[in-house]
Amino acid sequence: MHDKTLTELAAALAAGEFSSRELTESLLARIDRLDGELNSFITVTADAALEAADRADAARAAGKAGPLSGLPLALKDIFCTRGVRTSCGSRMLDNFVSPYDATVVEKLAAAGTVSLGKTNMDEFAMGSSNENSHYGPVKNPWDLAAVPGGSSGGSAAAVAAGLVPAALGTDTGGSIRQPAAFCGITGLKPTYGRVSRYGMVAYASSLDQGGPMARTAEDCALLLGAIAGHDLRDSTSVARGVPDYREELEASLSGLKIGLPREYFGDGLAPEVEAAVRDAIKVYESLGAEVREVSLPHTELAIPAYYVIAPAEASSNLSRFDGVRFGHRCENPADLVDLYKRSRAEGFGEEVKRRILIGTHTLSEGFFDAYYKKAQQVRRLIRQDFLDAFEDVDVLMGPASPTPAFDLGTKKDPVSMYLQDIYTIAINLAGIPGISVPAGFVQDRPVGLQILGPHFAESRLLNVAHRFQQATDWHRRQPAFGKENA
Amino acid sequence: MALEPEDVRRAAHLARLGLDDREAARYVDDLSRILEMVDRLQAVDTQGVAPLAHPLDATQRLRADEVTESDQRERFQRCAPAVENGLYLVPRVVE
Repeated sequence: MHDKTLTELAAALAAGEFSSRELTESLLARIDRLDGELNSFITVTADAALEAADRADAARAAGKAGPLSGLPLALKDIFCTRGVRTSCGSRMLDNFVSPYDATVVEKLAAAGTVSLGKTNMDEFAMGSSNENSHYGPVKNPWDLAAVPGGSSGGSAAAVAAGLVPAALGTDTGGSIRQPAAFCGITGLKPTYGRVSRYGMVAYASSLDQGGPMARTAEDCALLLGAIAGHDLRDSTSVARGVPDYREELEASLSGLKIGLPREYFGDGLAPEVEAAVRDAIKVYESLGAEVREVSLPHTELAIPAYYVIAPAEASSNLSRFDGVRFGHRCENPADLVDLYKRSRAEGFGEEVKRRILIGTHTLSEGFFDAYYKKAQQVRRLIRQDFLDAFEDVDVLMGPASPTPAFDLGTKKDPVSMYLQDIYTIAINLAGIPGISVPAGFVQDRPVGLQILGPHFAESRLLNVAHRFQQATDWHRRQPAFGKENA
Repeated sequence: MALEPEDVRRAAHLARLGLDDREAARYVDDLSRILEMVDRLQAVDTQGVAPLAHPLDATQRLRADEVTESDQRERFQRCAPAVENGLYLVPRVVE
């Protein structure tokens, strides 16, 4: 059961091959047996999962099952879940039991899905390796010496290891796409505003977006349909109808115009990764697509722009964690300022502090224009690069990351970690959607092909990804880890 | 652009983040390197370019001024460190 896709599981449940209860029990047992090594879950919600599974089975027996009824998944621990700890991978929220559900959590529950628990992540979504978690690092099931990527490392590892068939992640600078690439799974960052952020703890409000992580584009299409949509409680969510994202999956790619940004194939890209990505693009040519080179001239500026904008927004968003109303509070505060300073010093990890400090600095008087305003101007230029490119091509393709997953503990310097995000980060600045699909291996570690589209082109992206997955089998490969007698 | 420990201490105070001198010194190096990386933005000509605050250039939507929420204070305060009579308790602020 654990190696089936969400779509296959839905068919099996509908055919009565097994119950949601049996499926849930089987995955919970698998998590229990294997996750001690991986550390992909922070909180497993076994009792609630079994209750949800029973409800789904009862609904099915009463003829009321929907397309997602009884399907198991996991939620990155950044989504508020009522009555369940929501830690954001941080000591600051280790004691925080959320009084409410995020909109996407409500929607998935209403659709009858079964949440098995909350997955590990880089603290407050800040990181590219899942080494910044208060709960310890997550390991890559393909190679336990490697990172799974971040910040949605727990979700990616859990899906790759067959602990859950799908999970929700969030992506602010690549945090769905890069771990999906490192773990050999499929991950989609929707267009900014496509999915409600209500109840999704904010890191950088103009960049964050929640999205599905699963084995296939087809599965991502199923989940996106359930979570997308306008939400009155998120004023940045877009009032735009949600199509059936599975409708166009099978569309022919004949005549599809693919642009390869020359800046995504330059120095810094590992030659074997480039080779794997170019082989993937040849598959597209065999499917009838035309490939041409394009340019995104401001690519090099995406990292500096992001590392001004995101920490600035984070410094503002994380100011709510002050020890007063929720979260960690220090012992015996001498006065109010001491309460704030010590609660925050004790609650936050190093990378979070780094970003709060840099964000506070660049927003402060005398620096605002030179840094924040400048970065926002460059952001417009970066977005324009994509809008111009999409005048000539339908989608853009390139690597999701310059290298496959690196070893745990090897990137100690913050800036060298930031440079890992080179291919993913501009996408968040522009707000366009992007998907990473498994496209091969380098030294036994997965490599991802990234596909980008114009705003709200998720149907097209999913179609382009799906057709690739019908022509290749990278997405069906599974790690040796956890592979035995089910 | 190099930062001084004083810049880090000031930012830490603005952010109400406790930092001892040893930590402040450690962050000076990190933050200086980040600012150096970020200084690449200065080389770009952005004359006449409007800042992009929202990726879709959207503006804040408004809604009718109608009460839509109900009082759930008790439920929301259950996760608070210290409350009394619906108020959050903190060390004395005003003498």
